[in-house]
Amino acid sequence: MSTKTPTVKMEPLIFEKSRAGRTGANLPACDVPAADAASLLGAENLRDSLPLPEVSELDVVRHFTHLCERNYSIDGGMYPLGSCTMKYNPKVNEKAAAIPGFASLHPLQPVETVQGALALIFELQTMLSEICGMRETTLQPSAGAHGELLAMMMVKSYHADRGEAHRNIVVIPDAAHGTNPASAARCNFKVKGVPSNSRGRTDLDALDRALDGNVAAFMLTNPNTVGLFESDIVEICERVHKAGALVYCDGANMNAMLGITRPGDMGFDVMHFNLHKTFSTPHGGGGPGCGAVSVQECLAPYLPSPTVVRTGEGDAARYAFHSDRPRSIGRIHSFYGAFLLAVRAYTYIRSNGAAGLRQIGENALLNANYVRARLAGHYDVAYGNETCMHEVVLSAQRQKQEHGVRALDISKRLMDYGFHPPTNYFPLIVPEALMIEPTETESKQTIDEFIEAMIAIADECESDPELVRGAPYTTVVSRLDETMAVKKLDLRFEPALREASGAST
Amino acid sequence: MTYISNTAADRAEMLAAIGVQEFADLLGSIPQAIRLDRELAIPPALDEHSLVRRLQSLAAQNSDLEANLSFLGAGIYDHFRPAVVAALQSRGEFLTAYTPYQPEVSQGMLQAIYEYQTLICGLTGMDLSNASMYDAATGLAEAALMATHLTERDEIICSRAVHPHYRHVIETYAKWTGYRVVEAPLSEQTTDMAALRSLVGARTACVITQHPNFFGCLEEIGPITEAAHAAGALSIASVDPISLGLLKPPGDYGVDIAVGEGQSLGSPMGFGGPLLGFFACGMRFLRGFPGRIVGATVDQQGRRGYTMTLRTREQDIRREKATSNICTNQALIALAATIYLCELGKDGMRRTADLCLQKAHYAREQLSAVRGVTVEAGSRFFKEFVIRVSVDPERLNRRLLEQRIVGGLPLGGYYPEISDGLLICVTETKSREDIDRFVAATAAAIEALS
Repeated sequence: MSTKTPTVKMEPLIFEKSRAGRTGANLPACDVPAADAASLLGAENLRDSLPLPEVSELDVVRHFTHLCERNYSIDGGMYPLGSCTMKYNPKVNEKAAAIPGFASLHPLQPVETVQGALALIFELQTMLSEICGMRETTLQPSAGAHGELLAMMMVKSYHADRGEAHRNIVVIPDAAHGTNPASAARCNFKVKGVPSNSRGRTDLDALDRALDGNVAAFMLTNPNTVGLFESDIVEICERVHKAGALVYCDGANMNAMLGITRPGDMGFDVMHFNLHKTFSTPHGGGGPGCGAVSVQECLAPYLPSPTVVRTGEGDAARYAFHSDRPRSIGRIHSFYGAFLLAVRAYTYIRSNGAAGLRQIGENALLNANYVRARLAGHYDVAYGNETCMHEVVLSAQRQKQEHGVRALDISKRLMDYGFHPPTNYFPLIVPEALMIEPTETESKQTIDEFIEAMIAIADECESDPELVRGAPYTTVVSRLDETMAVKKLDLRFEPALREASGAST
Repeated sequence: MTYISNTAADRAEMLAAIGVQEFADLLGSIPQAIRLDRELAIPPALDEHSLVRRLQSLAAQNSDLEANLSFLGAGIYDHFRPAVVAALQSRGEFLTAYTPYQPEVSQGMLQAIYEYQTLICGLTGMDLSNASMYDAATGLAEAALMATHLTERDEIICSRAVHPHYRHVIETYAKWTGYRVVEAPLSEQTTDMAALRSLVGARTACVITQHPNFFGCLEEIGPITEAAHAAGALSIASVDPISLGLLKPPGDYGVDIAVGEGQSLGSPMGFGGPLLGFFACGMRFLRGFPGRIVGATVDQQGRRGYTMTLRTREQDIRREKATSNICTNQALIALAATIYLCELGKDGMRRTADLCLQKAHYAREQLSAVRGVTVEAGSRFFKEFVIRVSVDPERLNRRLLEQRIVGGLPLGGYYPEISDGLLICVTETKSREDIDRFVAATAAAIEALS
């Protein structure tokens, strides 16, 4: 591999390109009689300075084009980021979301003018309920964590209605996503951890010890964060129910189960989907997401308001919002959630159909197990190289102990081979974790290239560990000083704000 | 096999490499009893062309606001969206990237977020902006919870002039986290200052207002903030980013946390989502604020670079002790806002705000001359205002709809005391001709219904 310095130039901040008097947008002239803003709003209510850049439209186009060239993406290459399901985001989804009949709808339009939008929401909710085997679904939550928070509110309300408001504990495995305990704590629950057993799954005895009359819910990711199916799941749900508590499924890993098995059939009471993982809505560099939540009948009355209801069938079907729901936990979004993501997810499910969804699940498993089988000789596989689901968790413990190369170093070195790194240091229970989720959309050929890169790096760990520790070499910047980023905080470009305030005096 | 790349031959080779006979051998850990023994009962798959036709036919059952003339606002706005915003935002390199946890290969989005934070600080006059949140409503709820933690108090005072949906979300969050929300009443169409002063007390964690408020009116943010501070509470304001092209920013009033809906900044209305909650606060809240933040630093060669920072507040590290459970931002919508604010710049934002101001005032003046319409004089307003009509507002709107005009928002459902009211919004996208048509249609409809 080359260690040459990058050829991509630094991109200045847009503020550094600003020149007084330059402007981009082509705005209309005022065609109504104009009065002085100070007379309409009061001079005391007007601002003195407006510290915004002054650039031309071409400046804007060049700047953001240069910025996007400094970003890795699924469109550009394989993104084996475990737990994140970085599958191909079909372009037809984008076309669908841009149709003016969806994009240019106001959420408060008369309901008779948005029948198509409500039909789409209703149909998507119905399909999601069927996919997970539950009764009803809401699209209001804006992210998985938002769905978890909603679920915790519903769980709390459910117990309160049954006269069991004292249930104030949520039990969560030590391998869980950090959002699980954070969401439970946000709802004033105390968090009690349970360890995983030697097979990387929930320890049933430990679970039994954790379950008592104060437990409100057990939150579990299935397949779990080690990429393994919780094979005791039916027993787990029964024991939690017996203790009077509910079972929550963190559905981050739903991709592995599509058309193969359903959380509702396992005994879960409530779950969230990540439409931005399982149903291919783009991650957009960190959002927007949609954390649709599905519930069994026992929690349906608590879903957030408004819900979308249908009357009549076929051509006579009419849709409306339903807000008069006294047991609802309330409202958790300004309107109805990320509708344009619902359009994309609907498009995706309709382009796949039942057989297509099953194929997604199967190929996600096949690709992950292929990576596992081929890398098992080069890296340790967490929990003994058992058949995994949609992702495989490797450990770089061997590389660390024998050659002083950490999971982080291997991740960075992968960038030089043209791949995005896997998730590292998660789950917390696997030392030097490298969590790889190839997803179903990658071909064997691409995965082979990735595997060969991983093997080459394993060899480099032995032959030239210093090389790996210094990676990456081919990216637009090398490793960043994260300590300095915290100690010498620089969270905004001061000169842009200073100049403006100076100009006003 | 949509979007799946493996061929049958690939699959066979892979199964062989794994060392199993057939795919079912990979399912051993799933108990037989819970394996789905049928196909999912969902509608049949459609090819791409048929699917687009199906979607277009669903969309055709909606009356979109490109084909209709709309005066609806109330939190979601039909502002001009320059073509560059969608063109740049939709670049696959932005669209299909993940959260920038690996900064060396995510410098584009990280720099854009750093620029976004700077722009939001400039627009709001605040010290610190996070990388964005779900929407204004949840941004306000997070701000309120942050205030309860910082002040160790349990009461949230929220003006009745705050968007009813935002109030509902704040109430939902507060209810399930154990805090109480007290409503500050209205005096005409703004927060009743005397009542507010009497409500604020030793239990008050924060006072939440909206400026311009739900009715479009300017609030007395300075005195409200002083009243909050005098009681040791925080002042939280929801602001309209477009109005900040002209209006004094919340930072200048000493507001502690400024939140707002950023959909106006280059994003489509999208039936209300996805949205963009911007969230800015004073530097003294550095350790306690929720959400992601990006900072500048240097690489090993001393070159400027950007990375997510102050991560130890966040859930993946702090788990149940995190400042919030949020682990995403609205990066792509924040990117649209960034591009929009750069494209409009200093001059364009001032002009856009002024166009809204002038057109809204022209519209109100024209409507006030219509028989059966009354407007309340006095309050200063920006781009929205309330009219009261002598006929049923819903029936009036149905008449307007026949002429492909979507009228204002009937207020009775939210404010029973204003059951004859409509909230009218006029942005820079409405021409004088549009406004005149709306006024004439309103006059004709009222006459017909009277």
